[in-house]
Amino acid sequence: MAAVLEASGISKRFGGIMAVDGVSFEVREGEILGIIGPNGCGKSTLFNCILGQLQPSEGEVRLDGRVTTGMRPCDLNRLGVSRTFQLLQIFPKLSVRENLILAAQEHKGTMMSRLLGPRDAGLSVAADQMIAFFKLGSLADELAGGLSYGQQKLLDAAMAFMAGPRLVLLDEPAGGVNLTMLASLKDRLKAFHEERGATFVVIEHNMDFVMSLCTRVLVLAEGKVLAEGLPAEVRADPTVIEAYLGH
Amino acid sequence: MNARLTYVSAAIALALLVLAPLEFHRYGLYILTQWAVMTIAAIGLNLTLGYAGQVSLAQGAFVGIGAYCAAILTTHGWPLFAAGALALVLCFIIGWLLGYPALRVQHHYLAFVTLAFSTLAFLVFRNESWLTNGTEGIDGVPRPSLLGLSTTPHLRYYYLCLFMLALVTLAMLGLVRSPWGRAFIALRENPLRALSLGVDTRRYILMAFAIGSALGGLAGVLYAPLVGLVEPPAFTLTLSLNLLMMVIVGGSGYFLGPFLGALVAVLLPEWLRGLENYYLIFYTMLVMGLLIYSPTGLIGIADRLLVNRRTRAASAARAAIGATIEGP
Repeated sequence: MAAVLEASGISKRFGGIMAVDGVSFEVREGEILGIIGPNGCGKSTLFNCILGQLQPSEGEVRLDGRVTTGMRPCDLNRLGVSRTFQLLQIFPKLSVRENLILAAQEHKGTMMSRLLGPRDAGLSVAADQMIAFFKLGSLADELAGGLSYGQQKLLDAAMAFMAGPRLVLLDEPAGGVNLTMLASLKDRLKAFHEERGATFVVIEHNMDFVMSLCTRVLVLAEGKVLAEGLPAEVRADPTVIEAYLGH
Repeated sequence: MNARLTYVSAAIALALLVLAPLEFHRYGLYILTQWAVMTIAAIGLNLTLGYAGQVSLAQGAFVGIGAYCAAILTTHGWPLFAAGALALVLCFIIGWLLGYPALRVQHHYLAFVTLAFSTLAFLVFRNESWLTNGTEGIDGVPRPSLLGLSTTPHLRYYYLCLFMLALVTLAMLGLVRSPWGRAFIALRENPLRALSLGVDTRRYILMAFAIGSALGGLAGVLYAPLVGLVEPPAFTLTLSLNLLMMVIVGGSGYFLGPFLGALVAVLLPEWLRGLENYYLIFYTMLVMGLLIYSPTGLIGIADRLLVNRRTRAASAARAAIGATIEGP
């Protein structure tokens, strides 16, 4: 399978601290790659380097073979790369539907055509379909700030999917979500993956979530790649057990 | 507010603004015209600050640029509308350029950058006598004629300003209700997330500054023939702070905020004139009291009530849907 994303020798230095140290990996089309590692091992920094939030100190990022290192996040998003953040990032003063429309409106036409075009940028139907997909049915017109944490987490994920991305990077999607909501979130992620064929990269601490969702797992420790393989292989790897999972 | 109530309220407000001044004396008309003009400038600042979240202490300078543009050109025989068009373009370009620092600094640092611009503009107005006639200012700014009808009588000039305010209101309503309005709110609320959703925050910041500044310039163009004399002290930092107060007191980021804020800033001092030397003390106390009670301004009070109602409705909906999503 072709690589959607290739990261080669990515390093990020903050003063004297090497947060990410020469990390290389690729994400193949249609897979769900899990990235795990202890707190502070550089997972989110790696995400931010790939997604243009941070400029890597060294290394190169390629999307579909095209070098995208240092490209702005908005330009990457328009190339079909979407993300969520470790902390919830919704717009509480907009309604659920408006949050979703916002998540895709910049993919429609030019700035001028958006100014002169319809208020919903022609995205109301797509937004309502996404609302139904994430089972947020009757909440479409409610302010996002009024939803429960779990519902906001679903909305956050739905926003990442709204523009029909090729590649979705999810940073701790299960963080702070209760068990029943977690099952619902996992179910929706799997469904989206199967139905729309999107490629995922997921950073997560919840091992059960990663092992049951991901098709391949990359383990980071102290900014470097410690292991890479199928979930079962990684789970059985003694170095991973030693460094991360514990005895 | 439902659509029908909105249209009825707007129609009543418009009827009042058209009919009430028929009985006004000269000074009353002057004050009301000043309200219309300053509301245009405040609408511009509300876009930059209220919707897009970019602090600006330079709006008064743009009113000044517009006023000088109108004064210089109309006293040299240009029609006011041509001078106005030029002022709009000039302020749009300068506003766009002023937006560049906002790409690097935010909040109080940005306030200082715009404050520096405000001071620079004042120095140009005062010191570049070859252009602005220095401290003496430019006197005798004529009022325009429309279809052969002079707007020199105060009532006619008021109607012209009211018409321009109506145009600006409709244009701004279209803008904030378009996807641009949503992008501006996203920029204000969470620029990092907005950027990750494809919103080109750089372009929207520049656009917010440019459009806001152009409206400041338009207000200046209308201000010059209103007062007849354009001189530097009218466009000091005090005017920028006053416009900032209009936006905040009315309700920053609310569409109707600038209308109410300008009403408070222009009318309240007039109503308090009877207190003579003490009026400023009472004026500032009233404004401070309002902002302590409602930091989101006058419109914020109404909005709070609406949000409470929506939150209660959302809670009921959540409870209903909770069983479906979260299970037993």
